[in-house]
Order: sequence, then structure tokens, then C-alpha cells
Amino acid sequence: MTELVKVSGLRVAVRSGGADIPIVHGADFSLKKGEVLALIGESGSGKTTIALSLMGYARNGCHIVDGSVQIDDVDVLSLSPAQLAKVRGRTISYIAQSAAAAFNPSKTIMDQVIESAMIHKTCSRKEAQAKAIGLFRELALPFPEKIGERYPHQVSGGQLQRLMAAMALITDPALVILDEPTTALDVTTQIEVLRAFKKVVRERNTTAVYVSHDLAVVAQMADRIVVLRNGQIQENNLTKKILETPQHDYTKSLLSAMKPETRQDTIEQKKMDLDTDTPLLEVRHLEVCFGDKKVLQDIDLKIRRGATVGVIGESGSGKTTLARTIVGLVQPSLGNIYLDGLPLEASASDRSREQLRRVQYVFQNADTALNPLHTVEEILARPLRFYHGMKGKKQHDRVIELLDLVHLPATIAKRRPTELSGGQKQRINLARALAAEPDIILCDEVTSALDTVVGAAILELMADLRKKLNVSYLFISHDISMVQAICDEVVVLYSGFKVEQGAGESFQRPPFHPYTQLLIDSVPEMQQGWLESTTANHELLPSIGAPKPNVELCPFLDRCSAREEGKCNRIIPSRIKLKKGNQILCHHAFVEHKGQTHDQTRVQVDAMAASV
Amino acid sequence: MSIHKTTVATTNTSNPLSLFSRFHVQSVSGLIGGALIIFWLVMAVIGPMVAPYGANDFVSYDVFGPMSKDYLMGTDYLGRDIFSRVLNGTPYTIGVALAATVAACTAGVVSGLVAAASAGWVDAVISRAQDALISIPSKMFALIMVASFGSSVPLLIIMAAIAYMPGSFRIARALAVNVMTLDYVQVARLRGESMAYIIFKEVLPNMFRPVLTDFGLRFVFIVLLLSSMSFLGLGVQPPDADWGSLVRENISGLGAGAPAVIAPAVAIASLTIGVNLLIDSIGNKSAHH
Repeated sequence: MTELVKVSGLRVAVRSGGADIPIVHGADFSLKKGEVLALIGESGSGKTTIALSLMGYARNGCHIVDGSVQIDDVDVLSLSPAQLAKVRGRTISYIAQSAAAAFNPSKTIMDQVIESAMIHKTCSRKEAQAKAIGLFRELALPFPEKIGERYPHQVSGGQLQRLMAAMALITDPALVILDEPTTALDVTTQIEVLRAFKKVVRERNTTAVYVSHDLAVVAQMADRIVVLRNGQIQENNLTKKILETPQHDYTKSLLSAMKPETRQDTIEQKKMDLDTDTPLLEVRHLEVCFGDKKVLQDIDLKIRRGATVGVIGESGSGKTTLARTIVGLVQPSLGNIYLDGLPLEASASDRSREQLRRVQYVFQNADTALNPLHTVEEILARPLRFYHGMKGKKQHDRVIELLDLVHLPATIAKRRPTELSGGQKQRINLARALAAEPDIILCDEVTSALDTVVGAAILELMADLRKKLNVSYLFISHDISMVQAICDEVVVLYSGFKVEQGAGESFQRPPFHPYTQLLIDSVPEMQQGWLESTTANHELLPSIGAPKPNVELCPFLDRCSAREEGKCNRIIPSRIKLKKGNQILCHHAFVEHKGQTHDQTRVQVDAMAASV
Repeated sequence: MSIHKTTVATTNTSNPLSLFSRFHVQSVSGLIGGALIIFWLVMAVIGPMVAPYGANDFVSYDVFGPMSKDYLMGTDYLGRDIFSRVLNGTPYTIGVALAATVAACTAGVVSGLVAAASAGWVDAVISRAQDALISIPSKMFALIMVASFGSSVPLLIIMAAIAYMPGSFRIARALAVNVMTLDYVQVARLRGESMAYIIFKEVLPNMFRPVLTDFGLRFVFIVLLLSSMSFLGLGVQPPDADWGSLVRENISGLGAGAPAVIAPAVAIASLTIGVNLLIDSIGNKSAHH
């Protein structure tokens, strides 16, 4: 069988100050018709650059130096701009990472989905619309006939990503390029999108190039994987072979970085009594409202000195709001926060300098958390002078010490954030929090913007620092596998409710709250066929009657696989304690769950106030 | 005000190279603009000294005389040397405009930063006060001020500064509100930093380029406002003259095509075009970043 796509000797370079710096050094690979090839690598490995070259496109500042891209026996790289315009969107189409940024907010979805069919005149408007509706149905979008009339802001992120796939497939292209299409999504949404993509790709026998940094996701989608690093192909093999018998050392390190190791020290921490001594930080009955909407309700949390507490949930669950409330950027409508047993003022501006010093917040995005015009030394020196009154040589020495603590060379002190890599910036971000010598550091998704390998190194570093400095962490993340591995205690949030709370290692064995179960089942596993076998978001939810009006019910009712007629849609659940020690907000004690028998004593911890 | 100056000074000394490299001009039009501005700034200082004749000396019996070797730009309606008068007018035009622009931009930027940083009612009060000012047409405002207090150089500076401050405030506030939402400003707030530190150390350096562009534009507007005031006879008073008053004095020579009316107009044009060329080249560079 002949190859549909053949890339040979592809070289791309960046022009900088008159000289060419190569960023892709001769890529060769090919795809058969109906095959899905994955390009995998860290940021800066050239995966997106190669994917864009397939369309004869190079980003601003880059240019394609050499090589050929044959698609259906046409060399894309030799085409004129006018000819390229005919090919793009017709023969090759592209699905970008952020659908939210790729859709025009002022046009209806239908107009945008059929736009490329209109431009290339592949069919009439009527036909294109009928075809789009068919695609919407195949992609398992709700209300396929009507969804096209909406505007992009009226559908969810996962739906938008699928609509973008419809946009790419409307012209029946020979090749589809998917550039990290699920990276920005929650795991539970990702699974829906992946299923939809996979179904469409298989049914239409589409040839696709899937760009991703996530090996587990790629394992579900691709027939063949190309591993890239620094613009060079490290390994090119069938998915099965890459996963089972990786040849290249780099592939092996990628595989091992995907599995966070369980730390030994968590077990000994657990033995400490939860209630005897005053917790370092305590949150009591916290409630936060944005306008009329309650974004956090009835949150209780205790963090002991030297402990790591994880908070997980989907986007919109209120996890970042919780951290921002603790540091005083958001004011709660009810409840208090205590540091060492003493209440903290609601607003950061009313807190004492000492209180501010002891609770440090590390922002998610190091790109915006560091002032681009300050040098690393200025960034780190400021908290030293501000909190500890350090000056001159002493201050400089401490800056170097801090850099050493986060494993960065002293030479970096003179640089500005724009001259640093993503991982280096995140280390500086962390070092700045450490400069204050805090008792607790709140980490808001500190690794989610980083590559797997770099993120794993940051986690390693944080665990190290915890041992050295006995600092506590509140760890906010959407990645349950990572959180359960590094945290002593884990809190699961769902739309502002604390639905489960328990020791980190207890999240390794069932039973769980149905939402936790869904989260765990949604984390892609590094094996082919996982997508088909996992139960997450797959089974039909038990049918229940209409929920009782005007009553606050379980927040997870709409998506729960364990909901029960007469109970879940009638009364609010209470917090119960499972035998393994976890506290869940549910009607079920999960005595018999998924065939496993657990005898639990049902303990009513605190009935949720009827007013909630 | 003193805080402002010291903070900017420390920023400059700590990274002199980067400050220059951030604003260095590469395009040809930018170089032309820069050259024109430097020429006029130098003339503002040494102009009166290098002028061949005194500003008020009657040197020729020929009124609206043509350009000649003795009188480079001809003579005016009283037979004075226009070239000398233009050079003598330079300190007025540039000095008054520069002082007014510095005052307008400093007041506008500082109040904009304070409004953005404090938000709430402080922001509302400052913003509404500036809105009230912006609703007064600048020329009308200038005429009222001159009519009530009489024309003098300090009054012209204050008047132009007040008239052009609200625009600067609007731009600075809009820029600052954007920078304020960035995480590094939140970090500074969470550290417990004072407002002065936040606005001058964290926010201002990150909006310096657009503020500088605005400064240049505002300078041009003020030159034009002062020239038109002088043209109406309400600006710098005789026997002193800035470029605007030179145009006005010699307006009757226009029919005869006298260089006396064209030369000061060309001077105004070259200054404003020069500033605009320089601003454009800075703007272009920032767009690439």
C-alpha cells in the first residue's frame, strides 16, 4: 500500500540576527491512508513546527529550509501561496489547541463550521449544513440540529473542541492535523472528546497527525508514534512497541515521568494524630459568593505543619478560589481562616506583614507571575529586604543560596524572566515564595503549564524542600494521580462542595465518592484500548425522576452513576465516613460497589445544615 | 512627585543598557525624526546666541523681503530678520510646550496609576473629575483662562497642562488597569507592598513605552495649541514671539508669498513631523515584541 503522506529531510530554522538557527533537523516519516501518527515531545521539541510544515506553513520568524512534504503525490512545500490556499482547509485541515481562541465570537457556529466548504466550493450551502449536522451527530454533540445556531460562548469547552473537529472534517480532507486538541480540557471532558475524535477518525478512515505531549492520550489515538526532542526524531515506531519496548533512553524517561512515585514519607506523616495539636492553617465553614452564585460552600480544612494537602477538582470547582480566599485575594461571605489558631483578616491588605510572610502563594503561570522587567536577583531580593531587612552582600548571598536551593546556577541572577525557560521560571516563582521563609506555600497548578519531565522535577524539588525546611503545602491540581501520590491528605471539590476528603494513599483503592471515581477513571492510562475499556462517562446514568424543586440537592446529581430514585432527587445527602477513613458527601455508603464488598459503618459526621 | 522621580532614577541606573535598547530606533524615518528633534532641542538652548541679529532689531528697510545672503529667511512686516526671530522664538515654543507636556503627563500618569491601583471610590472620584475636565474644549478653556488671568508664560504652561492632562490620565489608567490584573502585581499586593512601590516599581515600567508614545503625541498637540493661541494674539506677547505669533504677525505677507510667514510655519511643521516620525518608529518596534 502506498503512502499518503511522505515527509523527507524536513528542516526548519529560525532567523535571528541574520543567522539561521535550525529548530527541526531533518525529519523523515510517512503515513498510510487511514493511519493516525502521533508527534510527541516536550515544548520546544519542534512537534508543532513539523505539524505546521505539513501545511507548508512556518510561523512568524521561522522558515522551511529544506525537505519535501508529499501529500497525495503533491509536494506541498513547492506550491505557490495561491496554490497553498487551495490545499489548506481542503486537502489538509488543522485543529488547534484552543478552540476558544480559534472561533470567532461574533459569528454563529454553523457559519464557521461550513466556512471552508464555502471557500473551497466543495458543495452548496444546504449540503454543507446537512453534512455539518451529520458530523455533529457523529461527534456526539447535544442537539445536533440546533447547536449550529449558537454562538461559541454558548457551548462548553469540550463541545467547542468537537465543533472544531467538525469544521476540519467538513471538506473531507486527506489529512487532519490535531495540535494538542485536549490539553486545555479537564480529564472528564477530555475523555468525551477523545472518544468522539476516535470514533470519527475510525469511521471515516481519516488520516491524521496527532500532536501531543501526553503519551497516555496518544496511546489511545495513534497507530504509530514519533518521539521528538530538540527538533530531532528520537524514535519512530508502532504505538504498542513504543509503550512496551521503548528503544531510546529519552522515550524511557518520558514513560517513567508519566508515573509519579508514591513518596515514603507520606505514610509516617499519616500516623500523626489529626486532632491533637493546633493545625498550622485551618479553614472553618468557609463560604464564598461571587454575586448571587455560591462558588464555595461549607469548606473545612486543616493543614498541619509539614503536611501536604491536595485539592483537586475540574475547572470551575472552586479550587483556585479556595486558595485565593486563604491568602486574602477573595473575601469569604461566611467562615474564617486561622493561622496557628489565630483568625486571619479576610483581606490581605488588613493582615500584618508577618502573617503575609508566613502564607505564600505560588501562582499557576510563572510567565505572568514574574515581572518581565525585573532581573531574577531583583525578584528574589525584594522579599528578603521586605520581610527580613536584608541588604548588600548578605542579600546577594541569600539570593545565590535560594537559587541553589531550587537547583539553578548563580549566573541566572542577572537574567530577566523572558530569558528563562518555563521550568526555570517556575523554579524562580517557587524560590520567591521560599525567600519569605513561609510556614505554608499554596501552589496553584504549578506544574500544569510545564512538560511532564520538567513538572516531575519540580515536584521532586518541592518534596525535597519540604523535608529540608519543614514547610507545608496546599497543592491545587486537576491531576488526581499526581495529587494522591504526593499528598498526605486530599480534598475533592465539585462545584464548590467538598465531596470527599481523606488520606492521600486512601485514593488508591475503592470505594470512592462517585465523582472521585469518575475522576480516577478518566485519567488516561498508558495502554492501548484503555479508552474503550474505561467505564468513565460511558455507562448510561440510572434514570431518575425530576429533582424536587426549590430544594438544594447533591451537586453531582446530574452526572452521578450511583444516583437513586427517591433519595438523590429528593433530599440533600449528609457527610458520611467510609471505613477506610474518607469522608464523603453522598447518600451511599458503598457497601457493595462495583462487585466489591466493604462493610462500612455509616457515621453521620455532620448533617448539612438545611439552610445550605 | 519626588517619589516618582527617585524611582524612575533608580530604574534607570540599575539597567541603563536595557532602557536604551528597549527604545532604540532602527528605521530611517525614526532617525530623521530623531535628528529633527535633536536639532530643535539644541536650537532651543543655543538659538538666541547663534542668531545673526537681535530679535527686535530693525535691520532692513525692505518689509517682507525675499530670502537673501544677509537675511536667510527674508524680513518681516517691520523689516526684522525672520531667521533670527525664529531662532529666538524656539525657546518659547519648545520650552513652554515641553514644560506643559511634562506637567500634563506626570499629573495624568500619576493620577491614572493611583486611580487604577486604589479602585473603588478613589478611582471614581479621580475619573469623574478628569471626565469633567475632558469635556471642556481645550481651545475654549485656553481662551477663558487667558481672558480671566491675562497672558503670561507660566499661565500658558499651566493652562496647556490642565487641558491635556485628562487624555494622559485616560490612557495611563487604561494601561495600568491591564497591568494591575497581572499576577506579579497580585504577588506584590500579597507581599504587603505599599501603593507607591506597586505603581512605580511594578506597574509603571511595564507601561513605559505607550506612555512615552503618548508623551510625544501630547507634545505635538500642545505645540499646536500654543501656536494657535499665539496666532490669535493670546499667547506669548510682543515684543517676544514664538512661532505661532510669527505666523500671525506676518500673515499679511501671505498674499505676496513672503518667506516671513512660511519660515515659522515650516518650523512648526518640522518639529511636529519629527516628533511623529520618532513616535511611529517606537510604536513599530513595540509591535514586533
